[in-house]
Amino acid sequence: MTDSANWDWDSGAKQIPITPWRERFRWVEEPNASPDGERVGAVVNLDEGEFAICINGETGDQVFDKAWHLRFTPSGKWYALVSEMAEWTVVVDGQTWAQNFGYVWNPLTCVSGDHLAVAVQQEMQYGMALDGVLWETTYANATYFALSADGQVTAAAVQVAACDSAEVHKFQEGTFSAAIAGNAWENRFVNVWQPVLSADGSRLAAEVRLNLYDYTIAVDGSPWPQTFTSVWEPSFHPSSGAVVAPVRIKGKWGMAQDGDLIWQPDFVQVWRQVFRPDGGKLAAVVAPKYGRWTLAVDGRAWGTLFRDMVTDVVWSPNGDRLAALGKNGASWHIIVDDKIWQRPFAMAWTPVFSPAGDHVAAKVEIDGHYSIAVDGRLWSGRCEAAWNPVFSPAGDKLLVKTIEEGIYHRRVLPLTEFAD
Amino acid sequence: MAKAPAKTEPSQALDQGLAVGVARLTPEKIESTIRTVLKSETGARLSTYVETCIHCGLCAEACHYYLSHDNDPHYAPVGKVKQTLWEMIKQKGRVTPEFIEKAAIIAHTECNLCKRCAQYCPFGIDIAYLMLVVRRIIHKLGCTPLYIQDTAHSHSVTMNQMWVKGDEWPDTLQWQEEEAQAEFEDLRIPLDVEGAEIMYSVIAPEPKFQAQLIYQAAAIFHAAGVSWTMPSELGWDNSDMAMFTGDNEIMGRIKRAHYDAAIRLKVKRIVMGECGHAFRSVYDVGNRWLGWEMPPIPIVHAIDFYYELLKEGRIKITKKYPTPITLHDPCNVVRGGGLHEKARYVAHTLCESVVEMTPNREHNYCCAAGGGAINCGPPYKQTRISGNRIKAEQLFAAKTRGAQVLIAPCHNCHSGLHDIVHHYGVGLDIKFFGDLIYELMEKPA
Repeated sequence: MTDSANWDWDSGAKQIPITPWRERFRWVEEPNASPDGERVGAVVNLDEGEFAICINGETGDQVFDKAWHLRFTPSGKWYALVSEMAEWTVVVDGQTWAQNFGYVWNPLTCVSGDHLAVAVQQEMQYGMALDGVLWETTYANATYFALSADGQVTAAAVQVAACDSAEVHKFQEGTFSAAIAGNAWENRFVNVWQPVLSADGSRLAAEVRLNLYDYTIAVDGSPWPQTFTSVWEPSFHPSSGAVVAPVRIKGKWGMAQDGDLIWQPDFVQVWRQVFRPDGGKLAAVVAPKYGRWTLAVDGRAWGTLFRDMVTDVVWSPNGDRLAALGKNGASWHIIVDDKIWQRPFAMAWTPVFSPAGDHVAAKVEIDGHYSIAVDGRLWSGRCEAAWNPVFSPAGDKLLVKTIEEGIYHRRVLPLTEFAD
Repeated sequence: MAKAPAKTEPSQALDQGLAVGVARLTPEKIESTIRTVLKSETGARLSTYVETCIHCGLCAEACHYYLSHDNDPHYAPVGKVKQTLWEMIKQKGRVTPEFIEKAAIIAHTECNLCKRCAQYCPFGIDIAYLMLVVRRIIHKLGCTPLYIQDTAHSHSVTMNQMWVKGDEWPDTLQWQEEEAQAEFEDLRIPLDVEGAEIMYSVIAPEPKFQAQLIYQAAAIFHAAGVSWTMPSELGWDNSDMAMFTGDNEIMGRIKRAHYDAAIRLKVKRIVMGECGHAFRSVYDVGNRWLGWEMPPIPIVHAIDFYYELLKEGRIKITKKYPTPITLHDPCNVVRGGGLHEKARYVAHTLCESVVEMTPNREHNYCCAAGGGAINCGPPYKQTRISGNRIKAEQLFAAKTRGAQVLIAPCHNCHSGLHDIVHHYGVGLDIKFFGDLIYELMEKPA
C-alpha cells in the first residue's frame, strides 16, 4: 500500500499553472498527477518527432522520437513509454532502462510502486520485461500480462507451439500455456486467459480452454478436474491460497473454489469478484436476473438493482463496508452497503474509503465538470480535470488534485468542507 | 410450395476444416450433440417456429440465393431449414456425417443470416435464428468451415479477428497518427484517455490492411473537435465471427473485452466504424448473451455518428460530391438497427445525386458476404457470387440510372460487393461514407 503518512497533510493549496505549457510546446497531452499531488506532468511535443516529459513545468534534457502513456507509480515516480531510433523502452523518473526493445506496451506497477513491468516485442518474439530485464525465454505470441502485488514476478499467456494461421486442428490440440517469470507451464491448452499471480508471486492461476468446449481454471499448470461451459478470471484467497472463479453451468453462473461450487449457478452473470481484505467474505458483481445488476456477498445478492451495470467493487480497509458503481441509463451512482447516494453523476470513478472505512469519496463528473463527492455530498469545485481523492491517514482530511482554469491545484481539505 | 427434393450433388468446396471435422464424426456423436443442443439450448422460440411454419414458401422470394438461382427451392429459406434443422429434428439427431457436411455448407455459405426472409414470413419466423441453431450444432460437432474457424481462434487468442498482436495495434495507431500529422500538425490519435467522451472502436482488418481508414476517422474526429480515445490494449476490436460460428462462449468473451475497455476508459459512448456484423454483435447479440439487456455503454454506428456530426454542423462540407452515387443498405444496421434514413441524410448531405437502388432500405438485398459467409474464405467465393446475381442486377439497374459510385457503409458488404461488381462487370467504384467525408470536409489548418 502507498504510505501517505509522509505526505504534506497541512491544510491549504499549492498551484502549478498548466496553461503556459500550451504556449511553450506545440501540444500538451493529457496531464497526470502524482499520488501525493506534488507533481503534475504531461507528454509534450517540442517539434516534429520530438517529445519530452514535462513535470511541474520542467522538461529536463531528454528528448524522444515518441513518448506516450505518462503515469505515476503508487510511490510517486513518473514513467512513460518512449522511443528513439525506432526502438522502445521505459523511462522512470528520468532514468531510461538500459535495454531497448522492438516495442513495449501494457505497463504494470506493483502495489508499492517500486517495480514496473511491460509487455515486450523483441525481434518478433514476445515476453515481458521487469525493471528493464527481459525474460530469458520469449515466445511467438504473448497476451494477458500480469505482475504480482509485490512486484517480484511477471506472468502472461504465451504461445508455446508453432501454429500457422489456418492450422485450426493443430491449434485445437493446444498451443498456448502460461509463463511465470518467462517459464512456461508444461501443460498446453487451446486458450489461456487472465493469468493471476498470488500476492507473493509464488503461484499462478488462469482461465483455460481445454478444447473448443470445456473451460476450467488451471493453477500452477494443473487444470481443475471439473470443467464448465465458461469461466471468468480467477482470484487467490489472500491467506489460504484457495482459488475462486466464476463458472458457467447449464447457462447460469455461479462461483467455484478449487473446482467445487461455493455459489450455486443461479445467476445470469457473475464476475469481478473481490475478497474482503482478510479473506472472510467474497463479493462479486452479479446479474440475479436478465438485465439487472447488483453485488452479491458470499452468494447473496443485494436488493438494489441497476439496469446497465455494476463495476469498481471496493472493500473498506477494515472489511466492514463495501462500495461500487452502478449505472442506469446516463446516470452513474455510487452504492455503499446496498444504499445508493441520492445524487447521480454523469460519470463516477472508483470509490475511495477512509482508513477507518467511515467515509467514502469519489471523483465524479456532473454538469460537464469534474468534482469530488464525499458521503454523497458534492464539493463546490468545478474542475477541468480531477484525480481520485486520497484520505489522510487520520481520515479527517482529503487530498484533492484538480485542474481549474488552466491551473493545477493540490488541496488538502478538511472533511468539514464537504458538509451540506 | 413445391417440395424440395434432396440435394445430392457433392460439395464443390475444398475445405480441410470441414473435411477433417466430418471425418471425425460418429453416428453416436452426431445424435447426442444434436439432441443436447436442441434440448438444453433451445426452447419455446424454436418450438414456436417449428410448430408455426406452414411451409407456405413466402420466404422464398425474399432470399437473394433463391432469386439468383432461378427460384431453385433448395435456396429458399424454408428449403434450407428443410435440408438442415428440420431433418435433424425429424430424425431425432440420427443423421449422417455427409448430412452434417451439407448442413454446414448450407448454414454457413448459402445463408447470410440477413433476416430479409423474416419480413416476408406471415408469422415473422426468424429463419436466421434457425440457421444459427444449425451453426451451433455444427460448432459443437467441430465441423465449422476452416477460414471462419481460424478467425474464431484469432478472436479467442487476441480478442481481434486477424491475429493482430499486442504491439501491432498501438504501433499502427502511432504510425497513422504520425502520417496524419503531416497533414494536420496537431492531430492526435489519443490512446487510453480516461474520461474521453467517445471510445472509437474498429474491426481488425483496419489496422491489418486498411490503416488509412483509421487515418480518415482520426481526421474526422479532429475536424469535429471530438473528445475521443482508443484503447491501447485488448478490447479495441468490435468484430465477432464467433457469433457466426456458433461459438457463443467466445462471442461473449470478446464482447466483454470490448465493453470492459470502454468501462475502463470511462467513456460516455462507443462510436464504431463502418461495420455491420460488429454492430449486430455489440448492439444485439453479444451483449445479451452476457446478460446486458441493452449495451451497457451506448454504441453508435458510424452512420449514426456521421449523421450527428453533419446535422449539428460539427463538420462542414466544402462542396458536394459531384459523381452520382447509389447507396447499399447493410442488413445489420438497417434491418437490424433502423439507420436507413440517417444513411440517406448523410448521403444527400454529401452528394449531389443519390440514385436509389430498388428495392431499398429494410427491403434491400444483402451483399451475400455477411453472416460470416465471406469469412468462410476462398472455397466459397463462387457460392457468394453466383448466389447474388440479383444484387448485380440491382446494382446494374442503379448504374443505368446514372450511379457511378456505390456507397457501402459496412466492411463485409464492401468486400462482398467488390466481388460482385468485378465478377459481373458492373463497373462501380465502391466507397465508405468515411472516404467521402474525409475528401469533402473542411479541414482544419
